[in-house]
Order: sequence, then C-alpha cells, then structure tokens
Amino acid sequence: MSGVLVDTTVNGDPVQFACPTDEVLLDSLRDRVGLTGVKEGCGTGDCGSCSITLDGQLVCSCLVLGVEANGRKIDTVEGLSDDNTLHPLQEQFIEHAALQCGICTPGFLVAAKALLDDNASPSEEEIRYALAGNLCRCTGYDKIVRAVQAAAKQMRKKK
Amino acid sequence: MKVSLTGSLRSAAGGIDSIDIVAEDIRELLTKVLERYPRMEEHMDTGIAVSINGEIYRDNWRKKIPQDAEVFLLPRLQGG
Amino acid sequence: MAHDTSFTNQNFKVVGTRVNRPDGMDKVTGRAKYGADLSAPGQLVGLFLRSPHAHARITKIDTSRAEKLSGVKAVITSADLPDLTNGAQLDVLENCMARDRALYDGHAVAAVAAIDQQTAKKALKLIKVSYEILPHVTDVDEAMKPGAPIIKDNIFTSGVDPKPKKPSNISKVSEFGHGDIDAGFKAADVIIEKSYKTEQTHQGYIEPHACLATVGPDGSGELWVTTQGHYTYRTACAALLGMDIAKLKVTSSEIGGGFGGKTHVWVEPIALALSRKANRPVKIVMTRDEVFRATGPTCSTSMDIKIGARKDGTITAASSVLRYQNGAFPATWAMLGAMTSWACYDLKNVHSIGYDVLCNRPKTAAYRAPSAPMAAFGVESTMDLVAAEIGMNPVEFRIKNAAKEGTRASYGPTYGPIGIGPTLEAAKNHPHMKAKLGKNQGRGMACGFWFNFGGQTCVDLNIGSDGTVNLALGTVDVGGARASMSLIAAEELGIPYEQVKANVADTSSLGHNDTTEGSRGTFSSGMATIFAARDAIEELRKRAAMMWDIPVEAVEWAEGEASAVGSEHGNLPALSLADIAKRAASTGGPIAGHNEVVADGAGVSFASHICDIEVDPETGGTKVIRYTVIQDAGKAIHPDYVEGQFQGGAAQGIGWALNEEYIYGDDGRLQNSGFLDYRIPVCSDLPFIDTEILEIPNPNHPYGIRGVGETSIVPPLAAIGNALSNAAGVRMDHTPMSPPRILKAIEEANG
Repeated sequence: MSGVLVDTTVNGDPVQFACPTDEVLLDSLRDRVGLTGVKEGCGTGDCGSCSITLDGQLVCSCLVLGVEANGRKIDTVEGLSDDNTLHPLQEQFIEHAALQCGICTPGFLVAAKALLDDNASPSEEEIRYALAGNLCRCTGYDKIVRAVQAAAKQMRKKK
Repeated sequence: MKVSLTGSLRSAAGGIDSIDIVAEDIRELLTKVLERYPRMEEHMDTGIAVSINGEIYRDNWRKKIPQDAEVFLLPRLQGG
Repeated sequence: MAHDTSFTNQNFKVVGTRVNRPDGMDKVTGRAKYGADLSAPGQLVGLFLRSPHAHARITKIDTSRAEKLSGVKAVITSADLPDLTNGAQLDVLENCMARDRALYDGHAVAAVAAIDQQTAKKALKLIKVSYEILPHVTDVDEAMKPGAPIIKDNIFTSGVDPKPKKPSNISKVSEFGHGDIDAGFKAADVIIEKSYKTEQTHQGYIEPHACLATVGPDGSGELWVTTQGHYTYRTACAALLGMDIAKLKVTSSEIGGGFGGKTHVWVEPIALALSRKANRPVKIVMTRDEVFRATGPTCSTSMDIKIGARKDGTITAASSVLRYQNGAFPATWAMLGAMTSWACYDLKNVHSIGYDVLCNRPKTAAYRAPSAPMAAFGVESTMDLVAAEIGMNPVEFRIKNAAKEGTRASYGPTYGPIGIGPTLEAAKNHPHMKAKLGKNQGRGMACGFWFNFGGQTCVDLNIGSDGTVNLALGTVDVGGARASMSLIAAEELGIPYEQVKANVADTSSLGHNDTTEGSRGTFSSGMATIFAARDAIEELRKRAAMMWDIPVEAVEWAEGEASAVGSEHGNLPALSLADIAKRAASTGGPIAGHNEVVADGAGVSFASHICDIEVDPETGGTKVIRYTVIQDAGKAIHPDYVEGQFQGGAAQGIGWALNEEYIYGDDGRLQNSGFLDYRIPVCSDLPFIDTEILEIPNPNHPYGIRGVGETSIVPPLAAIGNALSNAAGVRMDHTPMSPPRILKAIEEANG
C-alpha cells in the first residue's frame, strides 16, 4: 500500500494514520483508527449511518477521502459522551426506546447533536428534516423524534 | 378421525380433500398418511404442519390427538 | 420434561413495564459490534464477481491470472463447491455461487480473498467469464405464458395431478378454501372483481450482510455473522461445506436489521470456503449494490380478487388468484399468500389459489409476514369497493364479516379466541376515525393477519454467586428480546429486572434454536425462559431446604426468596436468591435452570390500521398525515418494543405502498440498486405513528403471548390505497402508488 500520512484530531485526541489516496474517511476511521461505531450502510451518502462531524460540520464519512481529514477535527459517536455520563441524546435514546437494531443509532446521534448545537429548540418538523439524511428501517422514526425532543428539553434546562 | 388436507397436499393424495385415519399422536398420523400416499414424501421433506383443534404444530411427534379433534394437514409456514 | 403451557391469568410485577434495554448502552456509544465490526489477525478481504446478465450460460471461467496476482490467497468458483447434500440444498449452494448458468443480474460467479480491498478488486478484474446470453424474463405474468424462457429445467409444477412431464416456471400450485364459491357468487347482490399488481421490494435493513469466517486445516471453523438465526446458518454452512456441525462455532453479531432477509445464507458459505482454501480468516462485507441485486427481496405479484356480497353486507363468496414472482429459485410464497388472503373474515364460500413462479430475479427471502401484505392489498382494496357499492361504512362492513372464535379459517382450521373483531371495534371507536380532514385529504383503513409460530428453543439460566442471573438465549435479538426475556426471568424469580443480564449465546454454548422469524422470538424464548426459571426455582428450594435441614416440601418460593412454611419451620428467616447462591458450592454446586422446548400453539395475530393521506392533485405527490396501528399482542412484555414493532412495520408498509420498487430494464438488469433510487421512507416523510396494543391472551402460552413482529406490515398497502381513493377519487391497483402512477390515474379519471 502506498499511503499518505494524515494528521487529525479525533474526538479531541491527536491521531495519525496512513491511508491510500483513494480511501474514504469511513474506511480509515473503521479500519485504521478502530472506530467501528461509524457504520457503513450504503457507501453512497444516502443512509447517514457513517455521519461524523468534520470541523463541526455534519458529513457522511463515506463521501470524504481519508486524506481530506488532514489537519482537521473529527468527531464521532465514540466522542459523544465524556467523563462517566452519557450525552442527553444518548440518555434519551435509551429512555425513549428510540433504537431497535441500533445500526443507524450512531449516525442519528451525531446528526441530532449537530442539529441541537445549531438550534436548541427545534420544532418537530425541523427535527424531521434535519434527520432526513439518516435512514432507520426499524422504528418508523416515531421514538427517535420523541427522544430528540426530550434531549433538547433536557439540554435547555441544563443551560 | 377425519383429517382434512389443504393446499398442494390434496394433489399428493390424488385430489381428495380429506382422509379417514386412526392415530393417537402426530407421529402415527404422519406415518399412516405416508404409507397410504407415498407422494406425500416430498411434502414431508420440506415440512408439514398439523393443526389440532385450530392450533398449529410443526414438529411435535408426541402431541396427542383427541379422537374427536378437528385435524388439518397444512404446508409448513415460513416467516420473516 | 413437558410443562403445562396453558395461559394462567396472573398479575405481573415487572412484565409490562418499560425498562431500559440491556444493549442500549453499547448501541448509543458505538461499542456494539455488528457483522462488519470484528477483525482477526491476518484476515483477508473477500469480494465477489457477479453476473451482469439476467440469464446466461457460463461456458468458461478463467481465474488463472487472478490467482497469480500478488496478494491473492484464494479464488473460488462453483468448481470448488461440489454438492455434498445429494441435491437437498443444491438451490442454496447455487444461489451462493452460480453453476452452469447465471440466473439473475448480480448472481455470484466467482469470489476472491486477498490481502486488502485494492488487491481483491484488481483480482476480480482479472477473472474472465465467458457467457452465452440466454433469453430472460423478469415479469411474473410473462413468466407464466407458454413459450416463456424456462428458468430451471428441473422444475416441474408441484401441486397438480397428475405430475407434469415438462418443466415449467410455475413451481407450485396451492389451493385453499371451503364451501361452494359458484353458489356463493350466485347468491350475491353485488360482485366486485379486480386485478392488482405489487412491485418487488427489499427488506432494506441498514446493515449489509457481513461476516468473518475462519476455518483451520483440522476442519474446525468459526463464523461471526449478522444473522437472524446463527444455528440455521451453522446447519446450512456445515452441510454445504461438509463440515461437522459441532466443529463450526457461529456467533451472531449484533444484527443491524433483518426483517426476514437474514434468515438464509448468502455469502457465508463462500467466506468459509475461501478461508478454508487460504487458511486465513476472511472477512466479507457486501456493498449496498450487492445487497439489492443479490439478497433479500420479497416477491412482486399479480392477482385477481373477487368478492360477492348481499346488500345487507354479508359476504357470500370470495376468491383470489395469486401469482407470486419467487426469483430464480422455487419457494412457497404464493402458497402463503393464498393461506393468508382471506384469514380476517368469516366466509362460508371461499377459494384461493397461489401460483409460485420463477423469474430471472434474485432468490426471494421472507419479508415480515411474508406474502401477506400483497394479498391484503388486493383483498382489502376490494373490500372497500364492495362496501362502497352496497353503501356501507367500510369498518362496519368488515365488522359484519370479521372472523371470530369458532370461525373456520379460510386456510382450514377453526379459530380459537382471536383479535380481528376487537381491533376493528377499537378502530371504529378511535378518535382518529372522527378527526376532521382537510382539502385533498382522505382516510382509509385496512386489516391484516399473520400466523406467528414457535419452534425449537432452549434457554439456560445461570445464577452467579452473588445472586445475579445470566440468561443465555439462542434466539437472535432483533427487536428487544434481551430486555423482554430479562423481564420474564425477573418476573418468575421475583427479583428486580436489574438483577438479570441476558446474552445471545453462540452455537457451541447452547442447544439448537430455530431462527428468529415468524414472530417467534418472544413467544418461544419467553416460554423457555419461564420454564428455565421455574426449573431454577425448584433447585433453589432444594438448596434452601438443605441449608435449613428441612424437607423441600416445606420450602416455598415467592418474591425472590425462599420461605419455610408450616408451624414447625415458619419462624426461620427467609433466604434470598443471593443468600442461597452464596452457599452454592456447599449445597451441590452451581445453580442453574434450563429448558428445551418445541414451542407450539403460537396464537394468530390481527391488526387494523387507519391512515390519513394528503394528495397533491397537480403532482400526484402524497404525504401521510396521520397513522394509527391497532394490533393484538396477546401480552405485551415490553410495551415500548411492541409499539416499536407496530411502528416499524407500518413504516415499511408505507414505503412499500408509496415509493419502493425494484425497477428492471428490458435487459433484465436492476436499475435502482441504491438507497437514492430505491427510496425508503425518511424521517420527514412520516408523522408520529399512533399505536394501540390490545391484549387478547393466547391460550397456549403461560403469559398469553402471541408474537407481534410481523402483522404490522400487512395492512398499510391497502390502508393507503383506500385513503388515496377517498382523497383523490382514484382507485390505485398497482404498488408503489408513486406520484407518476397517481397523477396518471387522476388525469385518466378527469378524462
């Protein structure tokens, strides 16, 4: 393998990896950094299971090359909770039974966090459109939307 | 005891929709059906279910069959 | 040991509460390990070469250049896979790897294992396959015509007498029914007859098939895999590869959705074969394109439905002719459609006939209540047409004809206590039915049925020295089973839910369990868990008796502790589970309970759905604005996950009704093998989905459980079609009811 050295910050920690120039960031994160919480559902940017934020911007990591992450800040589901506590979104997803198989859950959590970082009081419709890039086949989205609403409320109270 | 046949089991019995058989349990029933209608074999292989008084049994040879029971031979089901 | 499985009406303490699921923490933190998430040292990447042709004779495969490529460790074609099953599982093997013919676009023809993805991709390009293209057919009605290309020379129609001598694409004919339909239709005041079509859909699990296979030169192997049934996968792989069942350990990963699509093997036997040839672990992860082209889908169908009724609303006769496209391998989906089509109703004269038909499309798999949604689309749409014709409210019309205890089911047997009547009454009285509708909006409803079943199951319950409890389950957890089983174990033992931890055991740690399908998980593992816990309680009583030096008959188990009863011993302080467990080493060793059972007597399940839809008459676009699911669960062990099944099934049905379809070109190639063009419902497409759980106990389960996973996908197609008809004044007879089809229907109606 002829690789390029990539210098990044992943979930707050400095991380280096080498990858071929045609490798997508999704594969780099899963196979080289070991973050298998980032899931592949389609590889074409349609399912949102591989959602991460790159310098705070929500992206599908299957549509970004590994080398593009050089010098940038990556956040994944693995970095969502710090210390010993879960992020309110994680808590409310469990509390509201907003997951069944759970394969889409990391992507939903990352996308929902990006939404709440931007908009602390989203309406139901805003939540539904913000999460429209994430596919879930188990839940019909009902309990996911309710969990995001509850997390938003919990986070507003904290502030 | 009257045993009703459904689906493609009818054609395996030569096109009739019920047979008279005396059997104490599912195993005896299936053995006797096969003795009488060897073409049932292909269905036995892929699976057959027995309905006794409305409850469907798939595997249980030892299940007793009351003599006044309503008995159906059904094709085995698949689910998702 | 035979246990009494009869329903006993008991009061529950923890069953029915909404506790947090034990796998929740791992799933929200990204720690949960799915099919693609495990790696082994030295693992190879496995990739497939697939046929680009719908139907072709494979005249030659030259793998020599691929084999010589540096980094390639194994190449496999059908030549490496002799049939070891004496024909019994040849279809399964042939679907995993084409033999003399490629039978559909995407059919695997070769596989490679190489040191990395890039090398494996290069190797695929070096494999040269010579095809002789054959005529193909992908439409079910075309495939039934005389002169259609024959898909398989060895298929002769079964279910007809005498046995035919010529091969046919119709693999099976299945008839059900009773009474005299000719007389029934003669007695009718109104007869409606209509034909319908439904296009092929995919289960659409978000996790592609994935596995990690390791086989050593000693013939033992391990398989880590996403599956609904790891024991079934083990049995199939062992048979196809000539391995001993006991020497193949299969571990079910977390499963990222299955819905029936992960009940059969696809790439797994090939992964094991590659590993055996290379003597290295091999990981295979399918792409989404491969998942669409070569796994899953359910049938496309074509059907004729006929209902006759008197003016007072009594149905006098009903008949259905169902043609189900099964893909390139014979299956029995039309048979299931024929069995389920009229199951909701009490009919004196009924007949259904199913034709299972081969086409040049992927081998079909079960999809949630397989075959029932399509038949229900035809039947329930026609029910509304009849109700309109005789001027009766469609809910009242269904209530009048609903099956009940003592009704002879259209598929044969007589029903015990069932829930179709109660779900209809609940629908009639639901506030949703009275809500106001706006402009271009319409309301529809429909009913659905599914059998549910049980099967082989076993559960181990092990008590730790601190009194905490491990449950080893063999049914894969697809929808919250670990939570539900923990609730049941806690209920039986009389301990808090938190004291129980359930795990799905691998195939070498627990006896055989049938696949999690047919809504059987909670029904059958629930039964085995109850009896495993009761088995453990017997042991706990013995140990307590020993600790007290009193006869076991004087020990009772209640509220999570042993009490000595009777005037002689009544003053002894109670012993908790932890007290007894602590002394296990001295009283006979580890304390466990277990149960092996063939869970029979699953209760049939019914649902009624109500749907409001808005149609844009300019574009044919639709929006579901309100949706309600009412279903009989028997007993809801964990209501959150019962609701989750109701909502998820409804959403899948809505997608099927409105958007989803396999689109084949004239060349027989699938044109939309990705989530962009095969559009499943997204969050902004749907409203909140209301649910109402009815609990009509199944008499054959101690807790009354029926099974809840599948029925919810049955009514939506027709519920939406009926709502659309009321919103836009057009009757849709073809799913998906996509904007172009709706617009065309509106334009035709307007002349």
